[in-house]
Amino acid sequence: MKIQFLYFDGCPSHETALDRLKKAMQLEKINAPIEIKEIFTQKEAENFSFLGSPTILINDEDIDMLPQNPHFALTCRAYTLPNGKISPLPPLELIQHALRK
Amino acid sequence: MAIKIGDKAPSFTLIDTNEKSIALKDYSAKSILVVIFSCNHCPFAQAWEDRIVAIQDSFKSQDVQILVISSNDANQYPADSFAEMKKRALEKNFNFPYLYDETQEVAHSYGAEKTPEVFVFDQSRTLKYHGAIDDNYDDENAVKTHYLKNALNDLLQNSSPTTPTSEPEGCTIKWFN
Repeated sequence: MKIQFLYFDGCPSHETALDRLKKAMQLEKINAPIEIKEIFTQKEAENFSFLGSPTILINDEDIDMLPQNPHFALTCRAYTLPNGKISPLPPLELIQHALRK
Repeated sequence: MAIKIGDKAPSFTLIDTNEKSIALKDYSAKSILVVIFSCNHCPFAQAWEDRIVAIQDSFKSQDVQILVISSNDANQYPADSFAEMKKRALEKNFNFPYLYDETQEVAHSYGAEKTPEVFVFDQSRTLKYHGAIDDNYDDENAVKTHYLKNALNDLLQNSSPTTPTSEPEGCTIKWFN
């Protein structure tokens, strides 16, 4: 399984998000390396289809649904929680669901 | 660098989402003034915006006024344009003026760097608290320290905030290139 974790240092949620990814992998009993990539430039954001920090790709697929008109940029990424609220962190369940696919 | 505890509030005049001109001095009668730098697109700002509405609501009767300012470069971040700010204010029923700092001069004068970032001023418009709204952006129900509410409660009891500063967590303000 290919697991990629993309982040932008200007967004402070990436460390907590990486811990959450590791926890999700533990819960799903997945032992695979995590390729961690820091995004530095707008050009890199476009090349990596980086919707914001953090972005998690499992086998090259984003864990979340992509918007209709994606805006690739050096920014923080908004995730919708099960209660409808917005968070800068992907919910644990969302990561687990993507890992099970 | 941000203004320091004990500094006076830099003055400003900005347009709000109702296209009304709003100046800091318009609120001189308010006992406490809260200036928050925020924006539309940042998920930290979105995570906290309902809490800002709730705080304004609960402290309104105690003469506390919140002003929220967006300073981001809307060319790089179209979600932060003035038109989008107007939509957001309506959708989220903002109960405070949402102001557009189009030139970024106000953010520079306060030394703000993050969204959201809070500055609380007492009646004499002296800075008494600077930092975050609370200590948990991800889960409102897991908040341990309500920095902003605590600072307001301390000031309303004529005491200086027990915790005058905290580290604001959020997106960086998107400056012009």
